[in-house]
This record gives sequence, C-alpha cells and structure tokens, in this order.
Amino acid sequence: MFGKLTLDAIPFHEPIVMGALAGGGLVGLLVMALITKFGKWGYLWREWLTTVDHKKIGVMYIIVALVMLLRGFADALMMRTQLAMATDGAMGVFPPSHYDQIFTAHGVIMIIFMAMPFMTGLMNIVVPLQIGARDVAFPFLNSLSFYLLVAAAALVNISLGVGNFARTGWVAYPPLAGIAFSPDVGVDYYTWALQISGIGTTLTAVNFLVTVIKMRAPGMKLMQMPIFTWTCTWANVLIVASFPILTGALAMLSLDRYLDFHFFTAEAGGNAMMYLNLFWAWGHPEVYILVLPAFGIFSEVVSTFTGKRLFGHTSMIIASGVISILGFMVWLHHFFTMGSGANVNAFFGIMTMVISVPTGVKLFNWLFTIYRGRLRFEPPILWTLGFMVTFSIGGMTGVLMAVPGADFVLHNSLFLIAHFHNTIIGGAVFGYLAGFGFWFPKVFGFKLEPKLGKAAFWFWQIGFLFAFMPLYVLGFLGMTRRLNHTDNPAWNIWLYVALFGALLIACGIACQLLQLAVSVIQRKKLADTTGDPWNGHTLEWSTSSPPPSYNFAVIPQVHDIDAFTDMKEKGVAYAAPAHYAPIHMPRNTAAGIWIGGFSLILGFALIWHIWWLAIVGLIGIVGSMLARAYEKDRDFYVQPDEIESTERAARLQRESTVATPA
Amino acid sequence: MMKSDSTSRLRGLLPLLLVLLSGCQGGILDPKGQVAADEKSLIITATLLMLLVVIPVIVMTLVFAWKYRASNTEAEYRPKWAHSNRIEAVVWIIPVLIVAALAVVTWKTTHKLDPYRPLDSDKPPINVQVVAMNWKWLFIYPDLGIATVNEIAFPKDVPVNFRITSDAAMNSFFIPQLGGQIYAMAGMETKLHLVANEPGTYKGISANYSGAGFSGMKFNAIATPTSAEFEAWVKKARETGTKLDAQAYLALAAPSEANPPAFYTLGEPRLFDAVLHKYMAGRQSMAATDEEIKLAELTRILCETPPSLTLVKEH
Amino acid sequence: MNSYVEHAHGAHDEQHDHHDSDKQTLLGFWLYLMTDCILFATAFAAYAVLYRNIATGPAGHEIFELPYVAIETAALLLSSITYGFAMIAGYRGNKSAVLGWLAVTFVCGAVFIGMEVNEFHHLIAEGHGPQVSAFLSAFFGLVGLHGLHVTAGLIWMAVMMIEVARRGLGSVTMLRLNCLSLFWHFLDIVWICVFTVVYLKGAM
Repeated sequence: MFGKLTLDAIPFHEPIVMGALAGGGLVGLLVMALITKFGKWGYLWREWLTTVDHKKIGVMYIIVALVMLLRGFADALMMRTQLAMATDGAMGVFPPSHYDQIFTAHGVIMIIFMAMPFMTGLMNIVVPLQIGARDVAFPFLNSLSFYLLVAAAALVNISLGVGNFARTGWVAYPPLAGIAFSPDVGVDYYTWALQISGIGTTLTAVNFLVTVIKMRAPGMKLMQMPIFTWTCTWANVLIVASFPILTGALAMLSLDRYLDFHFFTAEAGGNAMMYLNLFWAWGHPEVYILVLPAFGIFSEVVSTFTGKRLFGHTSMIIASGVISILGFMVWLHHFFTMGSGANVNAFFGIMTMVISVPTGVKLFNWLFTIYRGRLRFEPPILWTLGFMVTFSIGGMTGVLMAVPGADFVLHNSLFLIAHFHNTIIGGAVFGYLAGFGFWFPKVFGFKLEPKLGKAAFWFWQIGFLFAFMPLYVLGFLGMTRRLNHTDNPAWNIWLYVALFGALLIACGIACQLLQLAVSVIQRKKLADTTGDPWNGHTLEWSTSSPPPSYNFAVIPQVHDIDAFTDMKEKGVAYAAPAHYAPIHMPRNTAAGIWIGGFSLILGFALIWHIWWLAIVGLIGIVGSMLARAYEKDRDFYVQPDEIESTERAARLQRESTVATPA
Repeated sequence: MMKSDSTSRLRGLLPLLLVLLSGCQGGILDPKGQVAADEKSLIITATLLMLLVVIPVIVMTLVFAWKYRASNTEAEYRPKWAHSNRIEAVVWIIPVLIVAALAVVTWKTTHKLDPYRPLDSDKPPINVQVVAMNWKWLFIYPDLGIATVNEIAFPKDVPVNFRITSDAAMNSFFIPQLGGQIYAMAGMETKLHLVANEPGTYKGISANYSGAGFSGMKFNAIATPTSAEFEAWVKKARETGTKLDAQAYLALAAPSEANPPAFYTLGEPRLFDAVLHKYMAGRQSMAATDEEIKLAELTRILCETPPSLTLVKEH
Repeated sequence: MNSYVEHAHGAHDEQHDHHDSDKQTLLGFWLYLMTDCILFATAFAAYAVLYRNIATGPAGHEIFELPYVAIETAALLLSSITYGFAMIAGYRGNKSAVLGWLAVTFVCGAVFIGMEVNEFHHLIAEGHGPQVSAFLSAFFGLVGLHGLHVTAGLIWMAVMMIEVARRGLGSVTMLRLNCLSLFWHFLDIVWICVFTVVYLKGAM
C-alpha cells in the first residue's frame, strides 16, 4: 500500500533533525496564522499564487531562493561546526550517516534551489521590462515552471523528515549512487527533485528565448538589447543545450536503480565514467548559467552608478557568447584524474584557460566603465567592487586548477572548495544581491535601507575572506573535501578561522533580514515615486515603481542601447499619447499549482515505490494540462479608462516629487 | 574607506602565502619526491604568470573606484565615452598573451607529469598493485609475494609503479607529498608513477568521497633511507603476515573502517587481475591459455560471493 | 515625439496579437524540440559508449530481425506522410478529411508501437532483457525513449481528434495540429537515426 514507506522513515531518534522540523513547522504555522488573522488568504490566492504576471512570479522565485538560502546556509554552519569540533580524533556532533546528507543537501540546495531560482527570479522581473514587453511569451508556462521548482524544493525538504537525503555528494557519482551502495531513498529524492526542477528550468529558458526573440520593443535590435537581458539570453541558450543532458543522465541513473539497468554499474559492462562525463557536460555550463546573468547585473550596476554608458557593450555581448560556447568544451577538467591521457587532459586544460580571456575582457570593461565616471557608493556598487576583487582571485585559482599538473595535487581538495565558492559566492551570489538591491525599488516602490545594506556587504565580504581563504591553505596542506573528521593538528587553526568566517557571513545575512524589516517600516521615507530612483539607462526605469500589471501603457520605441537615457536626453521620457488602446492580458490561473502539486505527488510516490499513487500523480498532471488547454476564460483586455487613471496617478506622483525636491 | 580596508586585507594575505610556500607542514607545498616537486613549481609558475594580470586588475579596481568617486568633482567625467579601439585591443590581447604562455607551459607539463609516464631512473622500479576497498587500501607486491593493508614501503629514490583499481565505490589514490593522484575505479585499471627522494613516512589518503567510512581511509607511505631497511620491512611482512588467498580476500573485502596496517603473504598471484576481471563478465568465457583459465577460475570464486556491496551503516 | 509612441488601433491590434502569438508558440515548440533532440543525443551517446559491452549477453546481430524492424519503420514513415495529408486537409478546412487522415496516422503509429512492444516482450522472454548487459540497457533505453515519445504523440493525437471533431478547425486547433506535426515528424527523423545506428549498424 505505501511501498517502502513506513513509520521508521521518520527520524524520531535524531534530536537535531526533529528540532529543525519542529522549528520549521512552528514558523510555517505562525505565518499561516498571521495570514488567517489578517484575512489575506483570498488576496494571496488571487493576486500572488495564481498570478501569471512575470514580476510577481519573479518575486515568488526570489522568496523561495531566500528561504532556501537560509536552509542551505544552516547546512553550511553545521558543516563548519562539525569540522571545527571533529579534530585530533574527536568525532564531532554529526556521524557520517547524517553529515554526509548535510554536505549533499548543501550543494544541491545552494545550486539548484537557491542560485537558480534567484537568477530566474531576477530574470523574470527584469527581462520583459528591459525589452519593453508586457509579459513573457508564455505567461502560464512561466507560472508552471515556478510550481515545478516549488514541487522539487518541497521534495528536498520532505526528505528531512521522511526518510533521508542522498549521502553521495551533490554530484551523486555512481557506483556510490547506485542501488548497491545507496539502497535507501536518498538518491531517489535527489534524482526526482532534480528532474522536476530541471523540467521547470528548461521551460523557463524556452519561454525567455522566445520572449527576447519575438517580443522586443520596436526599434530594439538584438545588439541593442540591454546587457543583463543579453547575459540572461546566453544563460538560457546554455540551459536549453545542457539541461536535457542532466535529464538523460539522471534518467539512466534511475533506470539503474529501479530496473537493474547497467548504464553506470561496475558490472555487466556499465560505465560509471560515462556518468561523470554526462554530469559535467551539464555541470560546467551550469556554472556559466549561474554566473553570466550576474555578470549582466554588474554591468547594469556599474554603468548606472557611474552615470555612464557601459564600456564596450558589443564586446561584452561577444565575450558572454564566447564564454557560453567554450563552456561546453571544458567539462573534462572536472576529472583530469580519471587517467584520460596527456593529450586529452592538455586539450581540456587549455580550453579552460581560454575562457579566462573573455572573462578578463569583461573585468577590464567594467574597469573602463568606472574610468571617467562618477561613482556613487550605493550598496549595489559595493557588491560589484567586492566582486571584482574577489572574483579575480577565484578566476586565478580556477585557471590554476585547469593546469592538469597542478590539478593532480589540488583536485578534490579544499582548495577546490575555496575556488568554486570564490566564484559562485564572489561572482554569482554577490551579483544577485547587487541586483536584489538595485531592482528592489522597481518592484516594491521603495528602496532598501542603505546603511544596513552596506553593513551586510562588509560582513559578507570580510566573512567570505575569513571563511574561504583558510580553505585554500587547507588545500595546500593536503586536506581533501567531504571529510567527516580530521586528525592533523596543523589544520585545526584554519578550520577555526573558517568557522569564524561563516559566523561573520551569518551576521551579514542577519543584517539583510533586518534591512528588509527596517525598509518595510520606513517605506514612506524610502519611497521611489519617480520610477527611476538611480537615474537608470534602460526601459525598466521608464515605467512607474511598482510597474502596472501591463508594464507599459504604450510600448516604447527604442533608438539606442541606453533607451531610457536617450529618451530623457531628448525630453521625450514619460510622453503620454492622446488616447490609450486596450491592452490584451492573460488571466490568472491555478493550473500551474495543480500540475506542480501532482508532480510533487508523482515524485514522492516514485521515491517510495507507491505505484498506485504515482499513477494518480501522472493522471493528475495530464488531466490538469488538458483542463488548462480547454479552459475558456484565458485572457482579457485592460480598458483605456483604467489605463488612463493608472497612468494619471503615476504621473501626478512623479511630478509632485520633481516639484518638491527632497 | 573602501580602499584602505581592501588593501590592508590583501597585504594580510601575502605573508600568509609566503609562510606556506616555505612549507614545513606536510602538504603539497612540502614535496618529498620529484613528481611532487615539479607539481609545486608548476603551481608557483602558473600563479606568478596569472598575477601579472590579476594584481593590476585588483589595483585598478580600487584606484579607479577611489579616483572616480562621485564626491571627487575634480576627476574627469565623460558619460558618453564607451568605446575605444585601442583599449579594446589591449584588453583582449593581454589576456590572450598570458593564456598563450600558460598554454605552452600546460602542454609541456601535462605530458611530463602524465601519471601514466614511467619515471626516468637507473634503478629498477618496484611494482605495487592497489585495490581500494570499503574503506581501506589493499597493496599487493606481486614480485615480492606480500600484500599489506593501509601501509606501503619503498626505498627512497626508487621509482614505484602503481596499478590501481577498486573493489567498491570510486576512490582517488593520493600521497600529497609525493605527487598527484589518480582515480581508483571498479573494473578499470589506472596507473601512477611516483618516487620519494627523501626518506620519511608520508600520509596517503583517498581524495574521492566513497561513503560512510571515507574519512578513515588513510595509509602510511614509508620511504626507507636504504634498500636494506626496505628488505627488512618486506621480511617482517613475510614473517608476520597471514596468507591472502581468495577466501581471506573475501573476508577482507567486507566493509570496515579505520583499519590499522596489516600484513599478508600473497596466496594468489593473480589476485589483482581477478579483482579487475570480476566486473568484466564475458571475459571469462574467452579464457584459452592455462594462465587465463586459472585467472577465470579465481575471478569466478570472487564473484560467487557478491562484491563487498555494503549497506550504508545506520546508527 | 510620435516615433516614441506607438499608435495602436483596437481591431488591428487584436489580429496582430494572434498572429504574433502563433509565431511565438511555434518558435517555442521548436525550441522545446531542440531540447528533446539533445535528450536523444544523450541517449545515443550512451548507446555509442556501451554498445560493445555485451557482457554475458547477446550482441546486436544475434537479436535484431531486420525485416521485422523494416516493417515497423515503414509504418512510422507512412504515418508521417499521412499526417502531412491531414495538415493539407486542415489548411483547406476539410474537417472530415483531417479526422480521416489523423485516424490513419494514429493506426500507423499504433502499429509501430505495438510492434515495438512485441519486440521488447519477445527479447525479455528470451532472456535478453535490459538487466543482462550494458548494451541491452542502452538499447532498451534509447529505443524505449523513442517509444515513450511516440506513445505520448498518440495520446496527443487522440486528444486532437476529439478537439477537431468538437470544435472544428479554428486557429487555436490548427496551431496545435501544427505543433503535433512538428513533434511527429521530429520523431520520424529520430527513428531514422535509431534505425541506422542501432539496427542497421548492429545487424552488420
């Protein structure tokens, strides 16, 4: 009846897990109680959960990302605590059976459920606005992608309380991830969560590619698209080209586990190394999927806060493209130590180094954007400068590891851990946090409190150095990754310093949460009434903050890369037409929630071998899709009088601010 | 504020790096063999090459950020200046040149430091077969008729030729102070060539996570000052070791953690090949020569008891 | 200033919308097919890596029956042609012809799937299931992946036949028929690769 699922699957005997569950449950109950108290369920359902508005979907993505950031960061703190305690023969707090789940969950959550949704959320909010579109090409599909992500994230979190998560590391290499060495449900949680979220990600990429190809405002040539939109577009090309490889690899792993196939098993001719190749053929492009949009954010931030046009716009686009294409030719550098032979290793090593050329060009272009500019030190620019310094180091250590002879001693060491955190935190996460502060006033109509924002930056930046520079040292000292306990006294001091750094980052995160609360309280004082709080260059700043559901009352005509700057200079910004035309908009729908919900049921049933429930889930998915396909009331028109009154209100607010300078 | 904070942080890093480079703590920057020494100098060369561009970028970031701060109205301000062929040429060419130099270094060293390349030496090498098991290392000296768990020895300056496989999950065979690592994979054979140029006991580890007992999967690599001391170590193994035949191997293959060193006399000269072949069903039927038939027979015995497939230990 | 403000006209705008969204849907569907193409490429790659690893099981030439697969292939190729006729009838607005050709296509597709299931059943009954060797795993994986797609296509086709019967050939329905058309022809092309790489090469 319930497949492999029994009451034993719930870890009653693990106080830490039960404590975390109770804590999470309490917070959830509290939130639900508050929503009930203020009678907001209807509002939440109508305005947010069922929305197809790209801006609101983007906000929900980022909320998921921030929640998962807290979860993933809690995992990080547990790991650092364990390693600081389990030295010189001590065993620390977490036995391998638990600890090995923590580091696996940390990796999966941070990459798939924190960084990806953060990136996707910013892309959702900004890209349609930047290209002067009213929504994405397929608004319902966008909502569906989001709920697939939510279903997948739910699966990962369910694994905390029902059964266990994978103990394989986030890469889940067979044969360790095969049924022989990992007979429990952990790896199945991993594969189904990644499969479901992967489908969502692929659909998002298709959606946004069509959006930028077909829905740009008149006059905007491809090479005139804003740089963030361009870098997202390259990331989407990478997603479309790489995620199906992951889907295929994980499907094969599942066939091995469920039906005794022999794709990756050690016996009967299976080839585990094929999994490594397939995994990294996705995995390496994946890091550029994460970091390219962040590069785009830095470009927008630098050019805005220097009050200057981005240096080398075309060269930035080309550099991003070169990075994307080369990103597919370097996957083997993740396993030089497989024994591929010197020619193969040297080829992949050199291809990897070549990527540092366009990346270096980008750094120089940001530098020359600052050059002869007027730099305003708002929090987004601090993240950007912090990135430029930090990422230079991370890039250098990356190239170092691309030299096979050096990689032979650095591979899988804490040097590697330091390197990729250096690029993913110092590159992607700093970028997302810069973008968060940069576009926050656009979405909510008020800025984030800057003092706490700066404090958060300094805690993160300094905390990062304390947390990860010691890991470079530990790598040189011969400490390898995924150890549960150590016995080398020379390592201890560095492990303590790294824990201290993690605590500093915790202070940074606390500052950010506080900053959100303080900003909401002071929202009147921090209000952005103009829609253009930073004197921006691109079209998202030409509409009000927050933008109306239809984004633009009149689709703007584009004449320049910095389309909005051009309008402001020519004095035609905010021009209103004599009369408005009705605007065609999609209606909200709950179909995405249904499909996401049934996907969650399907995934859970497959993990626990509850076959009847899997069939229910599958039928539910197909049924919901059919119901959506034949839904009658799918769209509506915003009428001119409504547009007129919305636009008048925005104009009055803007003009009142301009008239009374603060 | 920006500038002073960041530069002082950077300055703080330098002495730290120098302390490390002088190395006396048993890591990869404290090499005790030719391979490791070459790898260390490669790391230093490559790092210096890259610092040629990384340091200017960091310095320029801080200098530009300070000079062009909004409050400095003295500085030039040209909001429309966004293109310069000269600068573009320089920023593309400089990284290209550095990467080209690095590529040459990479091509040469990758071939020189290829783990499969036998080391040049006038001394005959020692052959060691390595089997990664859950969670310990089995070392077989086929020419000396001994086997050990979690300890190997060899005289200094004598090259050691490793043939490596796994009878469990994937591991990585690594003696940091002697040089680079290579994966140990079931059903596959990899090779590694190392030498110790100074006597001592060096730590050996698995550098690829392989499950619950991974952290304890460590061994000692002893480089003896003379071959006489190595002979004594071999003699000790022969005299104190129990016999490692197929049944003893199967018992050893059962999962265990943090095993102390142990010695065996080698009862089955074909043991390593049989471990390799047990994952290659199909090969056995092709056995033709006497040698192949014996190997197939041993492989069959190892296969009869299922491989040391372990259940992840619940506590 | 005029050039900055697009003057839209209600009625025109509406048509414009539909026209645009059709193109968007087709482009989006085409992009989805490219992702599917990469999924198949992954399965082909796995097959290429593993097809020699027959372990204790049979090799391709011992189990493939080319005449049988040739009939299977013919059924699928024929179904592509008949789907083309359905589309031609659709553009002419001939509803009953569309339904007729879709029915023929469906039967051809069903014959293909039926024969494939029979082949799989036969192989497994003979003891040549995917559990035997990496070669057979990769074979069942690749051919099965294609078979799953064709099955999904058949379900979609059944749904479209009901839609055409009840709603006629409106623009939305034609767009959906168009997408299914892309999907169906795409599966045909993939099958030609499967036939060549797996069966022809395997039988040699």
